[in-house]
Amino acid sequence: MLYRENGQFKTSYRQDQQMLPILQDRIFMGLLLLFVYVGAPFIFSDYFFLSILIPFLILSLAALGLNLLVGYCGQISIGHAAFMSVGAYAAYNLVLRLPQLNFLVVLILAGLIAALVGLLFGIPSLRIRGLYLAVATLAAQFFTDWTFARVKWFTNYAPSGSVSTATIDLFGWHVDSPVRKYLFLLAVVTLFAVLAKNLVRSHIGRAWMAMRDMDVAAEVIGIRPVYAKLTAFGVSSFYVGVAGALWGFVHLGSWEPLAFNITLSLNLLFMIIIGGMGSVLGSFFGAFFIVALPILLNRAPEWIGVDMSTAMVSHLESMIFGSLIVFFLIVEPQGLARLWAIGKEKLRLWPFPH
Amino acid sequence: MKLTEKIRVLAVCVGTVAAAVAVTASAPVQAQEQFFPALVYRTGAYAPNGVPFANGFVDYFKLVNARDGGINGVMISYEECETGYATDRGVECYERLKGKGPTGATLFQPLSTGITFALTDKAPKDKIPLVTPGYGRGDSVDGAVFKWNFPLGGTYWDAADILIQHVGKKEGGLDKLDGKKIALVYHDSPYGKEPIPLLEARSKLHGFELLLLPVTHPGVEQKATWLQIRQQRPDYVFLWGWGVMNSTSIKEAVATGYAREKMYGVWWSGAEPDVVPAGDGAKGYNALVFLASGGQGQVHKDMIKYVYDKGQGTGNKDEIGAVLYNRGMVSSMLGVEAVKRAQSRYGKKPLTGEQVRWGLENLALDAAAIRKLGFEGFMNPIRTTCSDHQGAHSGGVQTWDGKKWSITGGPYESDLKVIQPLIRASAANYAVEKKVPARDCAKDASS
Amino acid sequence: MRKNFNMIVLGVALMAGLIAPLVTGASSAGFYTEVLLGGLMAGVLYSLVALGFVLIFKASGVFNFAQGAMVLFAALSVARMAEMMPLWAAILLAVGIMVALAFVVERVVLRPLVNQDPVVLLMATLGVTYFLDGFGQTIWGSDIYEINLGIAKEPVMILGNLFEGGILINKDDVAATVAAALLVILLALFFQKTKTGRALRAVADDHLAAQSIGIPLNRIWVIVWSLAGVVALVAGVVWGAKLGVQFSISQVALKALPVVILGGFTSIPGAIVGGLIIGVGEKMAEVFLAPVMVKAFDLAGGGIENWFAYVLALLFLLVLPQGLFGEKHIDRV
Repeated sequence: MLYRENGQFKTSYRQDQQMLPILQDRIFMGLLLLFVYVGAPFIFSDYFFLSILIPFLILSLAALGLNLLVGYCGQISIGHAAFMSVGAYAAYNLVLRLPQLNFLVVLILAGLIAALVGLLFGIPSLRIRGLYLAVATLAAQFFTDWTFARVKWFTNYAPSGSVSTATIDLFGWHVDSPVRKYLFLLAVVTLFAVLAKNLVRSHIGRAWMAMRDMDVAAEVIGIRPVYAKLTAFGVSSFYVGVAGALWGFVHLGSWEPLAFNITLSLNLLFMIIIGGMGSVLGSFFGAFFIVALPILLNRAPEWIGVDMSTAMVSHLESMIFGSLIVFFLIVEPQGLARLWAIGKEKLRLWPFPH
Repeated sequence: MKLTEKIRVLAVCVGTVAAAVAVTASAPVQAQEQFFPALVYRTGAYAPNGVPFANGFVDYFKLVNARDGGINGVMISYEECETGYATDRGVECYERLKGKGPTGATLFQPLSTGITFALTDKAPKDKIPLVTPGYGRGDSVDGAVFKWNFPLGGTYWDAADILIQHVGKKEGGLDKLDGKKIALVYHDSPYGKEPIPLLEARSKLHGFELLLLPVTHPGVEQKATWLQIRQQRPDYVFLWGWGVMNSTSIKEAVATGYAREKMYGVWWSGAEPDVVPAGDGAKGYNALVFLASGGQGQVHKDMIKYVYDKGQGTGNKDEIGAVLYNRGMVSSMLGVEAVKRAQSRYGKKPLTGEQVRWGLENLALDAAAIRKLGFEGFMNPIRTTCSDHQGAHSGGVQTWDGKKWSITGGPYESDLKVIQPLIRASAANYAVEKKVPARDCAKDASS
Repeated sequence: MRKNFNMIVLGVALMAGLIAPLVTGASSAGFYTEVLLGGLMAGVLYSLVALGFVLIFKASGVFNFAQGAMVLFAALSVARMAEMMPLWAAILLAVGIMVALAFVVERVVLRPLVNQDPVVLLMATLGVTYFLDGFGQTIWGSDIYEINLGIAKEPVMILGNLFEGGILINKDDVAATVAAALLVILLALFFQKTKTGRALRAVADDHLAAQSIGIPLNRIWVIVWSLAGVVALVAGVVWGAKLGVQFSISQVALKALPVVILGGFTSIPGAIVGGLIIGVGEKMAEVFLAPVMVKAFDLAGGGIENWFAYVLALLFLLVLPQGLFGEKHIDRV
C-alpha cells in the first residue's frame, strides 16, 4: 500500500538513471543512513559493534570486491584472501616506513598495491577460465601466504612473524573506541559501495557483465577481453586490498599470515553465494549472514535450553554452512538479494496481489 | 520454487537475522559471579591437544564451584569460545567475551602464542590481564613494560635454554656443544618462532650450528623437512610442534630413521596425543616438562568425587590425569588463585580485570599452598613481582617409554644471565615501538 | 610451433632443475635417490586423490572440491569402525557408506543442479566439503585415529653397498604404491571390459549422445561417485595408515588440484603421472632449492613446497592448458 510508485513520473534521463528511482526507496535509504550514522552509535553495545558490526562492515567490503569479479565479471577466484593480505601488509609497511602519511592515503595506496598484485595473478585469466582459473587463484593464495611468512622485510624482521599496528589517527581524530571504529568503517564502506554501485552501471560494469554472460559475443560487440578482465581483477583486488588493510588495522590490530588463509577466501566466496552473485546489496546480506550465524549458533543452545558442546556448535556451523551453500545454489542461485527483490515486488502489489 | 515459498524463505532468513540481533543485543541479567572466558579449540587440526586441555581448564572451575562453593563464596561462571587456534578467531572471541559478566572478563588464557601476540596490544586498553602459563611472548616477563601479560611458570626462552642445558650436560659440558649441529623443527607461527632468538644467542655462545626447519600449518606434510634432517644429520632435533604436527614429526623421524632418543620436544610437544599415534616408534622420544608428567594427586580425587561422580565432567573419566588435562587444570587454578589473592585486598566480591591483575602480580604460591590446593608434585612454586611476571623458571625432561612418560632429566633452572638481556632488549624495543611508558618497578612494588 | 617451443623450454628447464643437485654436487647419489623416492611416495598419495577427481570430472563434468573431504570421511569411518570390528569388515562397511554417500550427493546435489555452469557445480561441492567436514567430525570425533595395517614402520636399509649410507625404504610406502597400482589396473579393467565401464566412457565422451542411446545418466553418476568414494577410501586408508587419520588430511588433499591441471582433467594416467611429477617436484624443490633461496633472499625458512605445486600448475596452464594427457578441447578464450 505504502510502497507504490504510481504517480512518480520520470521526465528526464537524469531521473531515469537515478540509483534509487522510486521515492519510497529513497526515503527508506535516507532513514537507513540516518539510523546507521546517527541512531546506531547510541543504541548498540560495544560488544555488538566489535563482534558483529565491525567485522560485518569490513567483510562486506571484501565480499563486494569479490562480487565484482565473480558475480559481475564471471571470473572465479578461490584465493581472494591473498589480496586482503597484500592490502594488510602493504598498509602495515606504508605506516611503518612512511609514518607521515595520512591513513586515508595509506588505505588508497594499499588498495592500489593489492590491485597491482591482483592484475599480476589476473593475467592467466586472459588465457584460461572457469576451473583452470580457480587453480591459478589458489596459487595466489598459497604464494602470498608463504611470502608474508618468509620474507622478513614485510614483517619488519619481527622474530615471531606477527605484526601489530598502532591506533589510526585521522587528522587528530583517533579511531580507537568501538563506536569510532564503526563510524570510520561505515564512512569508508558507504563510499565504496556507492562507487561500486555506479561502477557496475557504467560502461565498465556492462563490459564485465557481457564478458560473464558470453565472452565471444562480448568480443564481437567490441568489448576487449583484456581490458574487461584485467579491470575486473584490478578493481576487485583494490576493494579487497582496502578491506584487508581495514581488517588488519581496525579489526584485528595484530595478525599473522594465517589470518588470511584459504578459509577466509572460501568464506568470502560463501558470502557472495548466499548473499547473491552480481549484486552489491547481496554482498552485504551475505557478509551479515556469515558473521551473524556462528554467533547465533553459539547463543542458540543456551537460549533454547539445550546443552551443546563447543565442538558440536563448531561442527554444526560447518554443516549448516555447507547445506546452505548447496541450498542456495539449487533453490535461489541469486541468493538473499534476489529474495529481497522478490519481497519488494510482492510489497508493490500488496495487499491486492491480483 | 514458487514465489510464495521464496517469500517464506525470505521471512525465515529475516527472522533468523532479527533473532541474532535480538539475542546479541540483549545482555542477560547476571548474578554475583566471577566470569572467566575460556578460549578453547575442540575442532580442527589442533583438537587432539586442545580438547584435553580445555576439559581440564573448565573442569577445575566446576570443581571450585562444587567443592568450595566458588572463590570465597563468589561463584565462577565461564563461557567457552572456539578459536580453532586461529588468531583472527581468537581476537573475535576476545571481543565477544571481554565485556561479559558483572565485572567483565577476569583474565584471558588464549592457549595460543599467536593470539597472545594479537591481544597484547588490546588487553591494556581494556584493562584485562593476559595469562599465558608456559607460552606467549618471551619478553613479556618484564612486567615493567608488559603490565598486563603474565607468562606464569615459563616462556619459550626458558624452554629452549633448559633444552640446551640438558643436551650440554649429555655431551659433558656446554663447551662440548662447539661444532655440534642442532635442528629446530618448528610450527611456522609466532609459537614456533619464539625460541629462535634464544637459540641463536646460545649458538653464538657455545658455537653450535643452528638449523631452522619450519613446518607449515597444520603440519601433516613433513617429508621434505625430515629428508633435510637425514641429509644434514643434526646431533639433536628440537621439536616445537602442536596438534597433529607432533605425532607426524615422530612418525617421519621413524620413517627416516632418525633416533628418537635425540629428539627433544618443548612442553607442548610432550603429551599423550603426541606420542600415542606414533605407536612403538615414539619410544625414547623426550620432551620438556614443568614438574610432573601426567598422573593423579589429591586434586584429581576431588575432581572425581565432586564433578565426575555426579556426572558433571566435561570429558572422559579416564582422561583425568593426562598431561594436557593436568596442564589445563593448573592454568585455570592459577587464574582462580590470582582472584583469591586479589580478594584479600579488594574484598570477596566479583573483581574487575584490573583488580585481578594486582593479584597476578603479587601471586605467591609456595609449596605449602600448592599442597593445600591438592597440586603437590604437579607444579613448581610461583612467586611473581612487578619485574618478574613469570614467577618460576624451572623445568625437567621426560621420556616416553612406549606406555608412559617418566622424568629422566632435571630439574633445571633456566639461565637468567642468558635470558635477561634478551628480555630487556626486546621489552625496551617494544616500549619504544608502541610508546608504552615503562613502570618503575621499585616504586610500584608497594602499590 | 611457438607452442611446441614453449613446451620444450619448460620441459628442459624442469629436467635441468631435476638433475641440478646431482650435477653440481649438492647431493650424494644416495641421498638424491632417497629424495626422489620420498617425492614419488608423496606423489602416489596425490595421485590417489587426483584419481577420484578425474573419475568424477570425466563422467559428470563436476570439479569435485569435496574429494579431500571424502578421503577424510572414508578414513575416519574406517579408523573408528576398526575399533569395533576387524579391519576388513570396517573397510567393507566403509565402502557401503561411501556408496550411500554417492547416492545422497547425486540425489540432493547433482540432480537439481544438472546442466549448470561448471563453476556453480564447483561451488556446490565446496558446500559438500564443509558439510562432510562437520558431519565426519561430529559422528567420528576429531582426535587423531590410527589405521593399523600391520606393516612395520621402521625403515629398511637397501643398497647399502652401492651408495654411502644406503637408502631407506619404508614398507608402508611400498604397500601404498602396490595399492595404487592395483587400483589403477582394476579401474582400467573396469572401464575396458565391463558394460558399465563402457557406459561410463560413453558418458564421458558425450553425455547427450550417451543419454540418447539409453544410458541412464543418473545411475551413471551414482556409480561414478561411488567409484570416487572407493578411491577416496583407498587413499584415506593408505594415508591414514602412514600419518594417522585427522582432520588435516582434507586440507592436504587440495594438492590434487594442481595435479589434475598437470595431468589433464580427463585422463587417468594423467592423474597418476601428474601426481608423481608434483610429488617429486615439490620435495626436490624443498630439499634442494629452498636452502639456496633462503640464503639468497634471507628468508625465514623454506617451505616452498606449499606453493610449488600451484605455481608449477600455473606455468603448465600458460604453456599446455590441456595438461599432459588431457583432451585438446578446452575452455580457451
